[in-house]
Amino acid sequence: MKKPKIYLDYAATTPVDPRVIKTMLPYFLAKIGNPASMHRMGRDNLRVLDKCRRTAAGFIGAQSATEIIFTGSATESNNLALKGTMWANRSRGNHLIVSQIEHDCVLESAKWLAQNGFEVTFVPVDQYGLVHPEEVEKAITSQTVLVSVMQANNEIGTINPVTKIAQICHQHGVYFHTDAAQTCGKIPVDVQKIGADLLTASSHKMYGPKGAALLYIKKGTKIEPWMHGGGQEEGMRSSTVNLPAIVGFTQAMTIAQKTMTTESVKLTKLRDKLVEHILKAIPTASLNGHPTQRLLNIVSFRFAYIEGESLVYLLDEDGIMASTGSACSSPKLTPSHVLIACGLKKEEIHGSLRISLGRWTKEKDIDYLIQKLPLAVQKLNKLSPFLN
Amino acid sequence: MYSKKVMQYFRKPKNFGQIKDADGIGQVGNIVCGDVMKLYLKIKNKTITKATFETFGCVSAIASSSILTTMIKGKTLEEASKITKEEVVQALDGLPALKIHCSVLAVDALKAAIEDYQKTTHKT
Repeated sequence: MKKPKIYLDYAATTPVDPRVIKTMLPYFLAKIGNPASMHRMGRDNLRVLDKCRRTAAGFIGAQSATEIIFTGSATESNNLALKGTMWANRSRGNHLIVSQIEHDCVLESAKWLAQNGFEVTFVPVDQYGLVHPEEVEKAITSQTVLVSVMQANNEIGTINPVTKIAQICHQHGVYFHTDAAQTCGKIPVDVQKIGADLLTASSHKMYGPKGAALLYIKKGTKIEPWMHGGGQEEGMRSSTVNLPAIVGFTQAMTIAQKTMTTESVKLTKLRDKLVEHILKAIPTASLNGHPTQRLLNIVSFRFAYIEGESLVYLLDEDGIMASTGSACSSPKLTPSHVLIACGLKKEEIHGSLRISLGRWTKEKDIDYLIQKLPLAVQKLNKLSPFLN
Repeated sequence: MYSKKVMQYFRKPKNFGQIKDADGIGQVGNIVCGDVMKLYLKIKNKTITKATFETFGCVSAIASSSILTTMIKGKTLEEASKITKEEVVQALDGLPALKIHCSVLAVDALKAAIEDYQKTTHKT
């Protein structure tokens, strides 16, 4: 019998929607002009690029297309947001605030800034991974320039009160950046409703190709480019424009705009079914993250007495693709910083498992997981010296 | 990336479980670090007649402890105590560099089990 292949790691990366690929293809073959070229093939593609920018602006509720900078990855967008803003405003202050559960690209950028003369505060979260606006307010000083808090966490799915945090920032004259890589395309993201000065979105987390992302920069935000060269993207990001990827990213936004509501209803139902069944079927299971303020497609469990890497491999044997925050699975052999920030003990984190759903997840996939996961946990329990 | 051998021993681990009347038991590792191995030995005439394991840990920890139990069966205590981590790694057709410590742990568990045997039942 052919082994099934059930992909439940959409938070890591998503497949590209076939409709997206179809839109991209001409830009590899016939329509290959560099938007910076003067000839007609260049001019045609400059118009395409402008159109993509307008669509992207509309998708995230930006006032103007000029507020959108296309980049190569969410990592690049976040690096630019943090380093570019801190550098450009160094006469105003040198203090940056980020939360402890940010993606590595935010944390590492913040640490790099800290090594280079800036002050950084890493704001804690509660047991659910929630950043409390009061904690952010407490951390703000007269030197604070920027606060960066992700809209939803990639490991546990907790959704942060970013609108409230943005309000607080603005009361103190501080810029607010949010990493919306996990939320864009899944729930409505509107920069004006959030009150974001900077916002990161990523293509390959929403059924677009890898190699494209954006940074929204609200008009008037003082920021310095990080990539110097030919002056593309209004001078904010030199590099030949990756038009096929941007066209794909834009098509992914257009599709998301249309399908978001129905998709979110479907995935929320599947997510809740999964959580309910697993917590009931496995006595050693607990749920990570916030019970209600959570993203519709990410579920994070932890299982006592077993180790996550083994669990991921066992599920893989059954054809199920998932991921873990276990130390053994990380190249640095350190457990997930997100789960540590939630106050979990290392021994609890070793048994963590992330399941993330997406556009092509079917109810029968979740049923299959509900059937296989308890067996995998049971098998590892039998091997464990703690349960016998 | 794990070798086929590692995956084989992980998928269908040989000799897992306890020995109720074990002559030597060795436990090493620490749950905080993510690996705990417990090795059970049955010993007759200074020869290991049966060895089993219980492991909390990653794929390579489970495979290392399982393969070690197959390597020591029938060996004298002296022979078994000479087994090195390199031999465990070799028997598994290699381990990723980051996972070598799992083979160390398996060898340490064996040493602990032999010590336990010598200490409790047969002082030499």
